[in-house]
Amino acid sequence: MKTWNRKDLTGLDELSSGEIEFLLETARAFKGVGERSLKKVPALRGKTLVNFFVEPSTRTRTSFEVAAMRLSADVVNISATASSLQKGETLKDTALNLQALQADVIVLRHSSPGSAKFLSERLDSSIINAGDGAHEHPTQGLLDIFTMREKFGRIEGLNVLIVGDILFSRVARSNIFGLVKLGAKVTLVGPSTLVPRSFEKLGVRVVHRIDEVLGDADVVNLLRIQHERQRKEYFPGLGEYTSLFGLTKARAARLKPGCLVMHPGPINRGVEIDSDVADGSQSVILEQVTNGIAVRMAVLYLCAGGAGIPA
Amino acid sequence: MKITRITNGRIIDPANNRDEVADLWIADGKISAPQPGCETETWDARGLVVSPGLIDIHVHLREPGQSHKETIATGTRAAAAGGFTSIVAMPNTNPSADSAATITWIKEKAAREACVNVFCTGAITKGLRGEELAPFGSLFNAGVVALTDDGHCVQNHEIMRRAVEYARMFGLTVMDHCQDYSLVGDGIMHEGEWSLRLGIPGWPRAGEEMIVARNIMLAELCDSPIHCQHISSGGSVRLLREARARGVKISGEVCPHHIALTDASLAAFDSNFKMNPPLRMEDDIEAIIEGIADGTLTILCSDHAPHAFYEKEVEIDHAPFGITGLENEFSTFCDILVHKRGAISLARLIALYTAEPARLLNLDRGTLSVGAPADITIIDPDLEWTFDKNKSVSLSHNTPFHGHTWKGRAVRTIVAGETVWAL
Repeated sequence: MKTWNRKDLTGLDELSSGEIEFLLETARAFKGVGERSLKKVPALRGKTLVNFFVEPSTRTRTSFEVAAMRLSADVVNISATASSLQKGETLKDTALNLQALQADVIVLRHSSPGSAKFLSERLDSSIINAGDGAHEHPTQGLLDIFTMREKFGRIEGLNVLIVGDILFSRVARSNIFGLVKLGAKVTLVGPSTLVPRSFEKLGVRVVHRIDEVLGDADVVNLLRIQHERQRKEYFPGLGEYTSLFGLTKARAARLKPGCLVMHPGPINRGVEIDSDVADGSQSVILEQVTNGIAVRMAVLYLCAGGAGIPA
Repeated sequence: MKITRITNGRIIDPANNRDEVADLWIADGKISAPQPGCETETWDARGLVVSPGLIDIHVHLREPGQSHKETIATGTRAAAAGGFTSIVAMPNTNPSADSAATITWIKEKAAREACVNVFCTGAITKGLRGEELAPFGSLFNAGVVALTDDGHCVQNHEIMRRAVEYARMFGLTVMDHCQDYSLVGDGIMHEGEWSLRLGIPGWPRAGEEMIVARNIMLAELCDSPIHCQHISSGGSVRLLREARARGVKISGEVCPHHIALTDASLAAFDSNFKMNPPLRMEDDIEAIIEGIADGTLTILCSDHAPHAFYEKEVEIDHAPFGITGLENEFSTFCDILVHKRGAISLARLIALYTAEPARLLNLDRGTLSVGAPADITIIDPDLEWTFDKNKSVSLSHNTPFHGHTWKGRAVRTIVAGETVWAL
């Protein structure tokens, strides 16, 4: 039964729990493709995908590229510096040109919140949001949820901690929207400047002392913490951050045995996560990366018009 | 000589405490005493309200320098279509209106092309940069009616203090766009649940309230008036109420979008809902309406801020702030304040658009006294209509109100005895 009728994926906030489940099921079916020696299916043969990354990204762009190639789509990569945005062309005009070049799918990474939605309403091509400012990064949210579901068999009732710079994090938002819809108990942890209490209105718990909640967690999802110029007023420094919120070895020792340690990458070893913990047995950081391919295959396949779950 | 008699209308003239069904006479472009038998034309205004010409003290006409957004010709036609006979132009043009030369240029162009009265404001600081005072004396001599850096806010309190003190010498009100830059940063929308959900940088209420409080203190210190433009926050209303009760020369104005729409409207990332200050929450709307009803907020205006389609047709954080408003503001306020909420009477609504702004800026308008310029707006307070942006006469159509239906509308706009627009 087909339960997908969207041409775009701009965020998890606008999806129903049924749609998210369907995406996850489809991803599960696609995961097998990567485990074969011939890692390719003809699902999107003849379709053209443009990776339009106005903000720099290697991991996400490569993941989309691998996913598209496994579906037999043709892939073109455009970076900000190579695009006419540098010459003053508007995002809309650049995207209309990509559509005129007969791109079936445009994967957009952009610094402006809402930019993917903006294009999705103006183009016939499918628009896949690969990160729009601090708004959403839906495929990252999906691959995190996929990884949790794969390990626990369910999402409902899981205690998920998301730790770090929530305010500026699109990964956090997509996780929150998706996990809350699927019935997880989400707790945000971090400095009160980066995790304002008003996040509770999104159906989550806000906590500023990680040690109070670590022991009950089924999943600890750590976000990259940055302290560049524009964040200076939010907390005093990385050392203090690590001492208050970092997943140190001592803290990791108090995790439940089955608790997953996740990170969307790129990780700062020794800052938000201890180096040994990142490499430890509870860490599924690299599995997340692998699962990202399956999730993106599912998203591309469904948005580009694929029907149902392939056998 | 042309003598016009408007018969059977309900004359509401708040400046003269007048509200009665009577005839209004116009002779030689001025309101006249009755001259029975001498009329050369007669209009029947039965069932309609005859009001002093409406005044909007917060309009961006965009000339000089931004004539792709609006011109004095198109902007004043939009004003006429909204029932306005007088508008006050903001100084954030290019070049900014910080010199007598620019004021003279605007006034000369308005004399040739405008169909309603155009009053000018001058900048508080040179180039609206907030650093050095603009030449208030020569601006005053060139005819400005107020000073403002609108679109910008003087951050340095000492400069603002001296501006208010210096303006006092000319009897000029200083008007302020209240925004604390360090608190607001790159904020785009109200800081709250919706900004968190959408990942859009927040513009907290305190960013406005901080400067409203500053202005109250400076108005008190200098014993000279400061007018706070486009109030969006309920906290600002409370500050103004308390200060006005103590007799501080502080006032505030309201734009229609700040009582008609909330921050939830940004959910679709539509830049036609992006303006500065931003749309806020239901609580703020309640507080603002209460402030209008109890006399804390004494001015209604549009902050008409036209932008070309292509300028708004971009990512939300790249789009300029501002929406049009001249053609719908009276209807939006009439519908919400008079009909839906019953917060104020129709007569008070008219006062907020006539006697109050005229008093604030010492304009010789806003009254139907015999001898006053015959600027008149005929209003059908019960007319229902639906706003179609494609029928707008403004050069730009950046409005969040396309398709909205309101009750109450101006049906004829008369400037100096001549009809400049009629429905």
